Amino acid sequence: MNYLNTFFFGIYPYIALAVMVIGTWIRYDREQFTWKTSSSQMLEKKQLRRGSIAFHIGILAIFVGHFVGLLTPSEVWYVLGISTSAKQIIAIVAGGIAGVICFYGLTILIVRRLKNPRIRANSSTMDIAILLLLYAQLILGLLSIFVSLDHLDGSTMVLLMSWAQNTLTFDATTAAAAMTDVHWIFKLHVTLGLTIFLVFPFTRLVHMLSVPMQYLRRQHQVVRQKAPR
Amino acid sequence: MKVRAQIGMVLNLDKCIGCHTCSITCKNVWTSREGVEYAWFNNVETKPGIGFPKEWENQDKWNGGWVRNKKGKLELKIGAKRRVLANIFANPDLPEIDDYYEPFDFDYQHLHTAKDTKHQPIARPRSLISGQRMEKIEWGPNWEEILGTEFAKRKKDKNFDEVVQKDIYGQFEKTFMMYLPRLCEHCLNPACVAACPSGAIYKREEDGIVLIDQDKCRGWRMCVSGCPYKKIYYNWKTGKSEKCTFCYPRIEAGQPTTCSETCVGRIRYLGVLLYDADRIEEAANTPNEQDLYQAQLDIFLDPHDPEVQAAAREEGIAENWIQAAQRSPVYMMAMQWKVALPLHPEYRTLPMVWYVPPLSPIQSAVEAGHVGMNGEIPDLKSLRIPLRYLANMLTAGDEFPIVRALERMIAMRAYKRSQHVDGVEDLDVLKQVGLTQQQVEEMYRYMALANYEDRFVIPTSHRAYAENAYDMKGSCGFTFGNGCSDGNNDVNLFGAKKQSVRQVIPVTVKE
Repeated sequence: MNYLNTFFFGIYPYIALAVMVIGTWIRYDREQFTWKTSSSQMLEKKQLRRGSIAFHIGILAIFVGHFVGLLTPSEVWYVLGISTSAKQIIAIVAGGIAGVICFYGLTILIVRRLKNPRIRANSSTMDIAILLLLYAQLILGLLSIFVSLDHLDGSTMVLLMSWAQNTLTFDATTAAAAMTDVHWIFKLHVTLGLTIFLVFPFTRLVHMLSVPMQYLRRQHQVVRQKAPR
Repeated sequence: MKVRAQIGMVLNLDKCIGCHTCSITCKNVWTSREGVEYAWFNNVETKPGIGFPKEWENQDKWNGGWVRNKKGKLELKIGAKRRVLANIFANPDLPEIDDYYEPFDFDYQHLHTAKDTKHQPIARPRSLISGQRMEKIEWGPNWEEILGTEFAKRKKDKNFDEVVQKDIYGQFEKTFMMYLPRLCEHCLNPACVAACPSGAIYKREEDGIVLIDQDKCRGWRMCVSGCPYKKIYYNWKTGKSEKCTFCYPRIEAGQPTTCSETCVGRIRYLGVLLYDADRIEEAANTPNEQDLYQAQLDIFLDPHDPEVQAAAREEGIAENWIQAAQRSPVYMMAMQWKVALPLHPEYRTLPMVWYVPPLSPIQSAVEAGHVGMNGEIPDLKSLRIPLRYLANMLTAGDEFPIVRALERMIAMRAYKRSQHVDGVEDLDVLKQVGLTQQQVEEMYRYMALANYEDRFVIPTSHRAYAENAYDMKGSCGFTFGNGCSDGNNDVNLFGAKKQSVRQVIPVTVKE
């Protein structure tokens, strides 16, 4: 089974990241019109308000948590005086809360998308697929909490950090080796996560790259000239 | 002074017959596509009524337009920028499709394919969103047409606020109605532009038309809430907002908009207005709502003033635009005769589509011999449409400009009547309303005769100078949606369906 391990944790990450970066680039460059949130609030408002806010807050917290947790080097944690086991507990509590909020929201959104006839008729295959993919990933993530509870020393977390950081520094062999002995739930969670990266440019998820922060800084009014004089 | 030019519009409500030709021609040209079936860039409402979408004038409900905040600064009513972004996951002020209406079509094909039955086959409605059978159509774009629906519902009309004894107007003998054709106001201080987080909506400097960049729009849908006139429509299929384009390809070529061109009542006027762009914020931020009308008049510039002309040339405004501004029917009606008024100036958007208030018959009770006269002119309080109602609609509640406009229109009629019927020049009536003989003859020419070349004074916009024609060679022209993308097949790589093709959802009818 070693070759599978090498593929999924040594090679697949690069395929997924490459497709994500290049695909997003091409889509942004050539298909601006498709770059959108695809909001369906106009067709159904009440459920969306309950679901969407919880989902977005939860998933943003989870995203930031993963980013910081996986990619911050161990030395930084050491300097900050946060031990591995303490970090593990923080991750479980914070991630658990965010996960439950996200689960609540995503459940409403999935029920809404599948059961509301207006939304269903107006959903592309990818709209439904990405929701289910995120749902599966979220459930795997929540389940992994129970696995982690068995070893609160944070040893698995260190292995996952090693995988993520070595992947980013192009040390694929070490990265793949770190993943050899972790619980299958983590393996599945990582693989599915990479798959979400892979399909990212083909979904509505791209709207997250267009968070309109420049709105806070710009003038209220926008005036365009046909051609600069 | 920073002179800018805009093509403005005036609608003479006194002559609107409510035929909806403007709405239909507009729909055929612009919104006969999937996702915007429900969108009417131009619609005609029967007033009093709650309108389309439901209660659009009630900003306590929809939070459209601008307000002055505690510091005395202009702020969107949906909230400051930070609040707008905070609501980005779910916009609390967004109307639902049912506030407009669920778009529908009828199963016409059933009339061809129905089997032999006892009863005559009928074409039943089905939803254009879900494709499912609709048992009952609950609402439509002109549901209140000619006083449709009960008065109890229509009296929620916001313009009835402060109209004394509004319930009287529900009675058969006291009732009144008028038509209100509505389109995007192409405001000087547009709230939609200010609400757009992506910066996709913009005002064109050269002609003032407000447009949405379909490539830049990300579907955050704040513009729908920001616009107090509810004239931005979210295309639920493409996920982008769309709005009235003021038929800019026609305007650029010197032609009137489709709605104006096809208006059978000849109520629409198009012309250039010069204004001072530096004073927009000051005007929109006038403390007292009732002063907003005058504040907007104050930033319009006199195109006959040589100083203004020189400043306009300095800004690069073409000579034919300055000349057009001098012959502009919009300038005459709004500035010289003051018969045209802005729609809901209290929204602080400084709208640029103005309305001549309608005259209405003298009420029957008064007709029986008790017509109050105010000098040469009948007392306007006896008009069937309450002055207060018109004032709430057009001047933020100030009745004086309404009275002035209506009296001038009555005076014009009285003068021309005595001229033609009695052969007398009735100068007293003109004196009373402050018009000269020459002015009233011009009013008569523009408002009563309303010739095509007087109604539409539109300078062409010299596109050829602005764009390099060589670069334009072989490029994509005007399309809807993503039509310019060369990677856009029916099965798109990104799972989108083509927008330019109407895809009717097949329905299986089980009888």
